[in-house]
Amino acid sequence: MAMAAIWTGMVVVSILCGLARGAGPQVAAAAMEGAGAAVELCLAMAGVLCLWMGVMEVMRRSGLAEGLSRLLRPVLRVLYPDFARDREVMDSISANVSANLLGLGNAATPLGMRAAQLMSRRSPGVASDSLCMLVVCNTASIQLIPTTVAGVRVAAGCQTPFDILPAVWLASVLSVSTGILAARLFSRVWR
Amino acid sequence: MELLFTMLIPLILAGTALYAMARRVDVYDALLCGAKDGLSVLLRIVPALVALLPAVYMLRASGALELAAEALGPVLSALGIPAETVGLMLVRPVSGSTALGVGAELISSYGPDSLVGRTAAVMLGSTETTFYTIAVYFGAAGIVKTRYAVPAALCADLAGFLAAAWAVRLLFPA
Repeated sequence: MAMAAIWTGMVVVSILCGLARGAGPQVAAAAMEGAGAAVELCLAMAGVLCLWMGVMEVMRRSGLAEGLSRLLRPVLRVLYPDFARDREVMDSISANVSANLLGLGNAATPLGMRAAQLMSRRSPGVASDSLCMLVVCNTASIQLIPTTVAGVRVAAGCQTPFDILPAVWLASVLSVSTGILAARLFSRVWR
Repeated sequence: MELLFTMLIPLILAGTALYAMARRVDVYDALLCGAKDGLSVLLRIVPALVALLPAVYMLRASGALELAAEALGPVLSALGIPAETVGLMLVRPVSGSTALGVGAELISSYGPDSLVGRTAAVMLGSTETTFYTIAVYFGAAGIVKTRYAVPAALCADLAGFLAAAWAVRLLFPA
């Protein structure tokens, strides 16, 4: 229902604002133009998106995700001290993080949900510090290669769609670190 | 350094293929299977974008986005964020496909290599649909008391937006 409210709100605001500013005809034309642009955008980004999904499948089958999980485990033990000795939880979390890094969103979500379910057993109904950390880390994007965005840039005529990668990595690292710091800080004062 | 990033993608392609061959994975079959999954992802995006892009285009044509940018412009430019991205930042934590629509509109109308276009792309690439993720995880775990998860996640989003704008200015000086 949230989307229904957002969509209706956008349309109503545009009509009211357009009429008030005397841009009624432009608003009317924009509706049709947007529908066409949506299909063009999808077609134009299809190639890049499918190619990268293919590469990610190769990475998945060759066991890159498991290798990453093993590398990540020591770091994750520090982030989730309450579950550092719980094999099942740590396995789910490290698999979740490595799937997120590789951009395998469909694989990452069920893994993270399993970790969340296992964690909630110790404190039913209430989000423990570790569970808050898991959620905060998953709300910050850590995808190494943002394929959809690259597809959108190609669709807009970009020759070097991946030149933003260093900027994306920098922004992601700062965003995740801020989330982790905020979670650690709030956990001391929020009871 | 610049050559490295231009060649990064072909190098990743070659590296992945060689590693997979060494692990005796059928590279070509995996490529085709993944690409097919890509089509189903697209199939899921198409209806959402067909619904949302008209609304985004209408908002833009009506001047509502400009009004919002003007209202928040002084604050945003003090923070080093291009005011044009205000709409993107407002919808990003709430709806992933709306954010994709708003971002795609910015990238195509300002150009993918413009300051606004690049900032929008980096913002999209370095943040997530926060409220959706929180709903899914806490829903799965049956959590009622979410404590500080929402404010901490929003701190991360805010930092992501600021960092996106700063990173683009730093790495792509005009």
